[in-house]
Amino acid sequence: MVAMPEMDGAVLARREEIVAALRAIVPGEGVIASEREMKPYESDGLTAYRQMPMVVVLPDTTEQVAAILRYCHRNGIRVVPRGAGTSLSGGALPLGDGVLLGMAKFNRIHSIDFSNRVAVVGPGVTNLAVSTAVAHAGFYYAPDPSSQIACTIGGNIAENSGGVHCLKYGMTTNNVLGCEFVTIEGEILRFGGKHLDAAGYDMLGVITGSEGLLGVVTEITVRILKKPETARAVLVGFASSEDAGECVSRIIGAGIIPAGMEMMDKPAIRAAEEFVHAGYPLDVEALLIVELDGPQAEVDHLIGRVESIGKACRATVCRVSSSEEERLLFWAGRKAAFPAVGRISPDYYCMDGTIPRAKLPLVLRRMRELSEHYQLGVANVFHAGDGNLHPLILYDANKPGELERCEAFGAEILKLCVEVGGVLTGEHGVGVEKRDLMPAMFSEEDLNQQQRLKCAFDERGLLNPGKVFPTLHRCAELGRMHVHHGEVAFPDLPRF
Amino acid sequence: MNDKLKARDAGDVEEAVRWALAEGKALEVVGRGSKRALGRPAQWDGALDLSALSGVTLYEPEELVLSARAGTPLREIESLVDSRNQELAFEPMDHGPLLGGLPARGSIGGTLAVNLSGPRRIKAGAARDHFLGFAGVSGRGERFKSGGRVVKNVTGYDLCKLVAGSWGTLAAMTEVTIKVLPRAETEMTLVVLGLADRAAMTAMAAAMGSACDVSGAAHLPARIAPRMVPGLARAATVLRIEGVEPSVIHRMRALAELMRTHGELATLDRERSVALWRAVRDVTPFAQQGPAGTYPVWRISTAPTQGAELAAAIAQRIDAEFIYDWAGGLIWAVLAPAEDAGEAVVRAATERCGGHATLIRAPAAIRAVVPVFTPEQGALAALTARVKQSFDPQGVLNAGRMWAGV
Repeated sequence: MVAMPEMDGAVLARREEIVAALRAIVPGEGVIASEREMKPYESDGLTAYRQMPMVVVLPDTTEQVAAILRYCHRNGIRVVPRGAGTSLSGGALPLGDGVLLGMAKFNRIHSIDFSNRVAVVGPGVTNLAVSTAVAHAGFYYAPDPSSQIACTIGGNIAENSGGVHCLKYGMTTNNVLGCEFVTIEGEILRFGGKHLDAAGYDMLGVITGSEGLLGVVTEITVRILKKPETARAVLVGFASSEDAGECVSRIIGAGIIPAGMEMMDKPAIRAAEEFVHAGYPLDVEALLIVELDGPQAEVDHLIGRVESIGKACRATVCRVSSSEEERLLFWAGRKAAFPAVGRISPDYYCMDGTIPRAKLPLVLRRMRELSEHYQLGVANVFHAGDGNLHPLILYDANKPGELERCEAFGAEILKLCVEVGGVLTGEHGVGVEKRDLMPAMFSEEDLNQQQRLKCAFDERGLLNPGKVFPTLHRCAELGRMHVHHGEVAFPDLPRF
Repeated sequence: MNDKLKARDAGDVEEAVRWALAEGKALEVVGRGSKRALGRPAQWDGALDLSALSGVTLYEPEELVLSARAGTPLREIESLVDSRNQELAFEPMDHGPLLGGLPARGSIGGTLAVNLSGPRRIKAGAARDHFLGFAGVSGRGERFKSGGRVVKNVTGYDLCKLVAGSWGTLAAMTEVTIKVLPRAETEMTLVVLGLADRAAMTAMAAAMGSACDVSGAAHLPARIAPRMVPGLARAATVLRIEGVEPSVIHRMRALAELMRTHGELATLDRERSVALWRAVRDVTPFAQQGPAGTYPVWRISTAPTQGAELAAAIAQRIDAEFIYDWAGGLIWAVLAPAEDAGEAVVRAATERCGGHATLIRAPAAIRAVVPVFTPEQGALAALTARVKQSFDPQGVLNAGRMWAGV
């Protein structure tokens, strides 16, 4: 397990005074301090990690957020921001000496502007609620993480969430235009707006995906898109993952960018089929779902091409959805893959590396070897279009040592992803979960530069400490320059 | 001294920055020099020339990824990906015509540092949206990297976003990785004739709000259109449709149906469409060789529906011509010469309608005293300064290119 920062005894000793001060800022039921009522906040989607917060505060105005942060900053109190708590990397894991800042009450959609194709929403609005609010006019919000019923736009900003359609439509960062943002000092800033190019440094761009370490977003302007005229999916089965991988490459090589392109391996196919009866073939090693969307004429044209590429890649099964019901059925199995795996194993651990797609057969082969070594099963679902791999490691937390073995197995998988040219996390974030693996991908200089940026936003390191960075350095130490005047020779470079 | 240090590799870049740190010098970071007339002209002690850091180091079309050294000519990359039927979907503009330089002279590093884009910005995003990773040297003389070579990556802060559009003030990039995408098989453009500016904003909003997947939406007022589309004598609101042929035909038909009530329609075939959008991208009617060649040019970003109102607010107070791109969200304005290049008028209009304005073309003497970028104040300016310091505490890299000290 990853160690969290040592608790500050001086802060804990002042708990009552802190609770009272927060109550003065957020009156009524907005401050939660009883053990029983704080219980639901003790973990997020990464349930292996639990920690009760010192106190929970649920503000409902930007001014309250600013006052809370200003107070915490002045008093050296740590703050953990939280949306709906669906993070799979422990991004919202509380700190025992920290204030848990819940943004759930910011759940209003402020305005919808169809002419400029944007919606202005509170960070506590769920991802799906944005699409629902604009559906009557035929619009939707493109990023669709699988937790979209529950997860919030604020959390999506923190994690730069993706989803099955991000190959064609991008991640959160490509679909937001502006935000209102409160710094740890309690300053309220605005970045961007309804215009496409923001002025100055792209602060919104770097806040997106910063995992709650830079500040708190209190309002977001998101882009909304017109729904495509139609969508159809093809189900393609293969006798080997190599064939499936080749098919993916050839589809993209042919200039086709599907709306979604998902792959499952045999254990995942079996689990999903037994759970939802989507009609998946059980005699294949790899199954692809390729979805195309757009005007009818385009979709029909491209579906034909995808079918012939599948056949050329030795597909053993190839079925095109003939109705909207059938298309949704194809997806039902994939979307239920996680709970389906949950049915065949007491616990499972979801990983999230990204790899260059061509390395898939190699990575799957190494993963099978690791699976034997650690004596734990693994099922794979894969956003094949963009190389984002979700191995689900099957384990039983009640068996002594299995969680530790599972974590070690997971770490090996992620290191393997980096080794083949990929990254530790494609969409779930670093959080606490992958924090200590960061050096596998980044040098000390890389991490120091990232932490210096953190210092520019939060010099005292009060926002979400213990997440993302394996080693916490003091900003003064990181900022120090080692310049030796007169001791550096004129560089031996050509001069003109 | 005004030395030009020509780096041969990343190690040279590191060495040059370390030397500048030790000597207290400031360096102008230069790729291929095509954008030196952009931004705030600051006083640098020498130039760090990255043009020898050239060459594509990785190109895997099936993975949609390309890596290149920062000084690689953009033209070389564009023709390489074109040979595999791919493109840089953000359609980076070429400042050559506007600034009076030769065309197609920029580098990939400069393209990203300035966060270039083009008409397809409304659909495909800007350079920032295709920027996957980089290696570079900070103003502390340290080599570091961010991002990776895969499209989907949330490991650590997304420093690519911050560096894109930082005008070389945070790091000297040495190698970059970008996403490439399939090039559309064909394209056509629908023209709505004779619309006044406000009516054009409404028509473009309707087109963008349709399922026609418009990949370029520009309005060329009556004084401009004849210079861009030979044979036209009226204002032209132009809408581009790209894709596979059956889809383009289908959507052109649907779009024409939708636009019929807005005005008389015409169609541009592929060849004329390609030429038109290149001219829109590079703002050729305002080119330095043209009739308004010595006049100041502003680039204004606003909410698309505000475009006409913002332009009208400027035109009320100063002689001006406009080209509207991004469905009205990007205004190119050429103004009658003035001591402040029209800054007071432009900023007041932008303040009222929302958005921001950048002075793209003006004599160096004017850019030295008139803020080129929208000035920042208070907590925002302080944050910007801290971000700059976190990468470049002594102001070695392009310091002053954006604002004093930044």
